[in-house]
Order: sequence, then structure tokens, then C-alpha cells
Amino acid sequence: MTTFEAAAAAAARRGMTPRLRDWKAPIFLGAVAILAVILLIVFGRSGTSTFSFASRRTDVFSLPNLSIPVQELGLVAAATAVAMAAGSTLYVRARRKVPTWYIAVFSVVLLVAFLAWASAGHTIPLTGLLAGALALSVPLIFGAMGGVISERAGVINVAIEGQLLSGAFVSAVVASATRSAIAGLLAAMIAGVLVSFVLAAFAIKYFVDQVIVGIVLNGLVLGLTNFLYQTSLSQDAGTLNSPTQLPTIAIPGLSAVPVIGPVLFNQTIIVYLMYIAVAAVSFGLFFTRWGLRLRSVGEHPQAADTVGINVNGTRFWNVSLAGAVAGLGGAYFTLGSVGAFTEDVTSGAGYIALAAVIFGGWSPLRATLAALLFGFANELQSVLGIIGSPVPSDLLLMLPYLVTIVAVAGLVGQSRGPAASGKPYFKS
Amino acid sequence: MSLESGGPTVAETGAEEDDSLELDQIEATQRAEQPDEDGPRWSRALHDITGGSTIITVLAVVASLIVGAILIALTNPQVQAALGYFFARPSATFAAIGQVVGGAYSSLFQGGVYDFSQVSFVDGIQPLFTSLGFATPLIAAGLGIGIGFRAGVFNIGAQGQILVAGALAGWIGYTLPLPPGLHLIVAILGALLGGAVYAGIAGVLKASTGAHEVIVTIMLNYVAYYGLSFLLSNVLKAPGSNNPISPAEASSAVLPSLFGSPRALNLGLVIVIVLTVIAWWFMTRSSLGFRFRAVGENPKAALTAGISVKRTVIYTMLVSGAFVGFAGAYQVLAQTTTGFTNALDAGIGFNAITVALLGRNKPWGIFWAGILFGIFQAGGYTMQATQGIDVDIVQVLQSIIVLFIAAPPLVRALFRLPAPNSLRRARRVRHTTAPEEAIAR
Repeated sequence: MTTFEAAAAAAARRGMTPRLRDWKAPIFLGAVAILAVILLIVFGRSGTSTFSFASRRTDVFSLPNLSIPVQELGLVAAATAVAMAAGSTLYVRARRKVPTWYIAVFSVVLLVAFLAWASAGHTIPLTGLLAGALALSVPLIFGAMGGVISERAGVINVAIEGQLLSGAFVSAVVASATRSAIAGLLAAMIAGVLVSFVLAAFAIKYFVDQVIVGIVLNGLVLGLTNFLYQTSLSQDAGTLNSPTQLPTIAIPGLSAVPVIGPVLFNQTIIVYLMYIAVAAVSFGLFFTRWGLRLRSVGEHPQAADTVGINVNGTRFWNVSLAGAVAGLGGAYFTLGSVGAFTEDVTSGAGYIALAAVIFGGWSPLRATLAALLFGFANELQSVLGIIGSPVPSDLLLMLPYLVTIVAVAGLVGQSRGPAASGKPYFKS
Repeated sequence: MSLESGGPTVAETGAEEDDSLELDQIEATQRAEQPDEDGPRWSRALHDITGGSTIITVLAVVASLIVGAILIALTNPQVQAALGYFFARPSATFAAIGQVVGGAYSSLFQGGVYDFSQVSFVDGIQPLFTSLGFATPLIAAGLGIGIGFRAGVFNIGAQGQILVAGALAGWIGYTLPLPPGLHLIVAILGALLGGAVYAGIAGVLKASTGAHEVIVTIMLNYVAYYGLSFLLSNVLKAPGSNNPISPAEASSAVLPSLFGSPRALNLGLVIVIVLTVIAWWFMTRSSLGFRFRAVGENPKAALTAGISVKRTVIYTMLVSGAFVGFAGAYQVLAQTTTGFTNALDAGIGFNAITVALLGRNKPWGIFWAGILFGIFQAGGYTMQATQGIDVDIVQVLQSIIVLFIAAPPLVRALFRLPAPNSLRRARRVRHTTAPEEAIAR
């Protein structure tokens, strides 16, 4: 328990107010519950919705389809939502924070009810939905890891978009020219590092504002890749833009588990690298010397300098590392999913990854979850579009951005970045 | 406000150039003490010129044109062919490079400034009018973003604000049955209001919850884009159209052209000049503008001086959004009057950021920067049409210019210019493009 918490607990025992009552969460949950009542009951739909768990692969054993009566589920879910919103006021009255699991349960209940509502009379291919969501999340997660590393080291990384895009472009060209997808992967990392070098040089050596360098770098990479695509790649697509695709590798045993197996363990090497990256960053950041040094230069560079850590050197190499990670994510666009480079193939994924970093409170695991949420919402939109649901796709596409705004505005607690993030360090 | 009379020094340290102005004073006092240290007067004058920000801007443009020339030359098939026998006949390579790069930049100039193939001056200057047409929304949005930067607020949401403002102006323009002059005024005011309110969301969230405006405005861009896409697929869609496009604007709401020239030069340019004057007056002469700059320079000091930082942040976003809003109105009421789509912003949201940076967040600097980028844009299209060089090169040039502008020491190193002097170099450490405090939150 930190000293502050101890003091707060002591204050609470003496009957003082350790913390103001924060009504943000109940208000938000209440508003969502009202929306749920309107959508699920007032505009309730009848019929049954079927959740299918089958996948294209032959499973060892398969789960039966799950049929849900939409109207009844809607009633139950809306009632649960209202009850939970009311229940959250108890936490606030007790001057406690509404716990994250509470909000998570609330969201999952409404999500299932919404899925059933939107697909009334149709079948939702759950495995396909989850697989598609993961596919859309992969570059976001890589980008978010790049963002976490860089920002924890004290350099705001708005250039994730540029790192992804350069990775996508270079990996497509190199994989096409060398006929080797692995060479493409390595080249993508190098491309991301190069973008990072520019970011680091301007931010650390020339003290230029980091947000501005990031934005301008994104524009530079976009202009450059568009120009080279138009002048070279589209002229000679055969040798420059037909990258060798990475093969999918099924992990024996695990890939046969229903639903999870085909979604998580029958993937290309980039996805497995992503698991490793998330695990490595989560562990490394908090349990290794590297992570301690990285966080120290991001939180209190003066203190880090005092104990002999080279602040700007540490920042420079970690921003470069962040570029390599984000570059890998870019390679997924051309070697893993789309298959060839097209203009602006990332289309803003880097900015969403940046949002995931902040949404996830600069924590690798939570940033990954946030990225998965974005991927899921995006995939849900296209699945619902295919099965012909009444929800306008544009509004569904808008949803993750609205959720991010709500999250950043403080529902998930005050978002607090590394203390020295964005501030250049002047050794005195 | 009593502060203004009491704190002129704070007022003058509002931006980076004022910062160097202050440094010049320090230098001047030093020179007075040691008069002949720098040698003869002309050498000192030369020293001052090469140390100034104008020369940095010019050199940044030159450097970007050099990078652009390299790119154009390397991707050109003739140059590539000539490079194949470079050692046998190097002159062929240089001739090819000269031809390609010369052709590219001359068409850039002829498409952006003056077309020498025309006989009469009026026809020859037509490209410049087109450039001014492209420059108009860039200047308006750049002014808004620049005001934000000066107040320490990063308004990255110009795209969303342009979409909202443009849609509102467009909707007023094709629905309301108003008499000619009034219709235009109402449509433009609607756009200013729309931009201000949409930007204000980010301001209110930052002031009330501390949400970082960079993230919020980026997210609001997407919200505006998808929101407009949704509306264009039903409410705003032109009757009988299969595409998500709005009905055409009523002629009474279209910005009238100047001198009877066919649409290239219109009233929008005049309005944007007025907006530039207003922005200049606002930031340097008004008490609210003074508060903006005080908060941008040092929020803590501003708070101590009795300025409500939170309220100032909200006002900043409102003012910034209103300026950006005019860009939206211009896009709908002058550029594409046949109905707007969800792409009505035409990339102005991003380019205006670079315009604001190139103009060093000063109204007149932004004005000229906007015209330069307008010339690049108009010339870029001509270059693409006549020389077959992809117009995306323009974005590369613009980005490189801004990168160089942001790092004067880099430009000096590239062109072997002397550092202004050791004193200034020491102070350069705090020389960031936008107030440092802005990023901290």
C-alpha cells in the first residue's frame, strides 16, 4: 500500500472524506441502460437469433448452435442493465470506485443482447466474427505496443500510423522482390525503425514538439508511399507488389479446440509474434532492468540521470524499438491480410492504436484489450452488414471512436500518462 | 483587464519569434558592451540575416525542392535508363535528370503561378487565381489551428470541424429559401457556428475532465466522418441519387466570383483576408487574445495572474473551430457547389496543420504559407497532367518543409550556416514549435 493510500485509509477511519464522490460512472451506466431499454424493449424485435460456433476446419468436437429468443433476452438484459446501473450508485455512496469488472460485466451482457437483437432471424457466425476481429486487431495491437514502449520512455508516438504504413509498403516491396516473406518482415521492422529514427532525432536532438513531428511524419510517409506506389509499384506490380504470403501455421492440439482454436492458434507467424510481443512488453516493462530504465526515463528523467542512466540514449533506442514493433504490424497488412500494398492501406489504424494506448492507460495488456475492442467493433459492423441487420454500418463504425472519447474523458478513471512523456530532457 | 497594462513583457513573449526578439535585445545590450567583437558592421548584418527565421523558411523550401528533385529523378524511367550506362556516358544521366526535374518544376510554376504559354496577362495569371482558390480554405483552417497552437491547444480536429461546418453550410445553402446576400451570410455563419461547437466539444472535455485534446479531436474526426456518411445516406442525400451526395447548392448561397472571372477567384479570398486581419488583431490587440497567449506560454503563470485556464481552453477551441469552419463553408459554397460528399474536407485538415506550422502560428505568416501550399497544390495537378509526375509529391514537399522549419539547427547544419551565437544556441533548447506546456497535459 502506498503512503497515499495509507493516508487515505487513515482519513477514512477518522470519518473524513478521502475521495470525492465521483458520479461519472453511474451517470454513464444509467445513460447506457436507458438506451438499452429503448433499443431492446421499445424497439424490441421478435424471433430467434442463432449463434453458430462452427468453423471451416473440422473440429475434434463441435459445439451445437445456440438459439436465443431475442425478445426474452432483450427484456432480461435491459433489466440487468438498469439494475446494475442502480447498483453502481452504492459504490459511489460508499466512496469507492466502480470496479472495472462491474463495467465489463455490464458491457458483455448488453453486447450479447445487442448481437441477438441485431441478428434476429439470422445466424451469427461467432467463430468467423472473432477470427475477423482478431485479424483487424493485429496491426492495432502491434501499433499499440509500439506506442506503449515509446510513450513509457517519454516520447509521444503519434507516428505509429507512419510506422505501420512504411512497414506495409517496404514489406510488400521486399517480399515481392526477394520472394521471401520473412525478408519482408525484417524489412518492415527496419522501415519502422527508420521512421522512428526521424521521430527520435527531431524530438530528442532538436527538441521539436513530438506531436507535431509525429503528425508531419505521418503525412510524409503517406505522401511518399502514395508517390512511390503511383510511380513504381502500380507500373510494375508483378515484381514490386505481389508479396509472398505468409503460410498459416496450425499449432497441434490447441488449434482443434472449438471456437478458440481456429481463432487463435491457426494463424500466420505475425500473429504468433504478436502474442510474444504483448507478453514480452508486459513482462519486460515491469519485471526487467530494461523496463525499469525505460519507465524511469519516461517518468522522472532527472532522477534517472542522477543514477547514471543515459536518458536521451535510452529514449532513442526505445523509440527505435517501438518503430520496429509497429513496423511488424504494418507487414501484417501486406503479408498477412490484404495481400498487396494499396494507397493508404493502413487508413488511420495508427491513430486508433494511439487511442488504444491511451484507452488502455499506457498498460500493454489493457492497450491490447482496447485494440481488440476496436477490431471487434469493426468486424461486427461488416458481419452485421452481411447478414442484413437494421443497424446502419456508419453508426456502428462510429461507435469505437465515441467509446474512446468517453473513456478518455474519464469513465475508466483519469487517464494519466507517463509524467515526462512529451517533454524533452535537457541535461544540465 | 488590469493585467495588460501591468504585464507587457508577458504579452510580448507570446510566441517563439517574440522569444528571439527578446534575445535580440539581450544581444544588443551585449554588443553595446563589446562593440567590435563581431568585426565590421556588414559581417554582423550578414550574421543576423542568416540567423533569422525568414532565411530558415526559404532554405527549408529549397531543401524540400532538392529532396523532391531527387525523388522525381530516381523514379523516372528515362533517368533510370540513363543510369544504366552512367559510367560510359555520365552526361546522359545529368541531361535526363535536368530535363525531368526542370520540366517538373517549370510545370509546377506554370500551373501554380504564371502560365508563360498564354499570350495575354489575364490568361497567364489564371493559375495563380486557381492557387489562391486552393489557398483560401488552407489559410482559414490554418488560422484556426495556429490560434490553438498559440494558446497551447492542439486542434488536430480540423477535418471533423470542416465536415460538420461544411455540411451545415451546405444544408442551409440548399434548403433555406432566403434572398441572395442574406442566404450566403446565414450559410457562412452556420458553418462558423458548426465548426466552433464541434471544436468546443474537445475544449469542454479538456477543461472539465482533462481529456487530451489531441486524442479527442482525432476521434471526433472519425465521428464526424461516419456521422456525415450516415446522414448522407438518408437525410442529406439528394433525391433520386444513388450515391451519398447532397443536393446542389442554391445559387444565392454560392460565393460570388470576383472580376467576373470564371469561379477561380471569388469572394472567399476577400473574406479570408479579412479573417487574417481579424486573427492578427485578435491575437495581438484584444484582451481575450492576450489571455490565449498567456495560457499558451505558461498556464501556471496565467492562473496565478487570475486567468481561468480552463475557460480559456474552451474559448480557444471555440475560436479555433470558427476559423476552421470557414474552410468548410468555402469547400461547399465555392469549390464543389454541385453537392457535397463525406470527402468535402479534401485533406485540408492535415494540410492546414502544416500551413500553421510553416506560418509559425502568426496570422500573416499563415496567410503566405497558405498561398505557397495553394501554389504547390494547383501546380501539382498541372505537373501530374503534363509531366506525369504523381501529385502526391506535393505532400512530400510540404511535409519536408515543415520538418525542416521545425528544426532550424538542422537547416543550418545542412547549409553550413553559422549558429546565431552561443547565447542563442543555449536558449534554443527551449525553442519548440508550440508552447511546451501544451504537450505536458
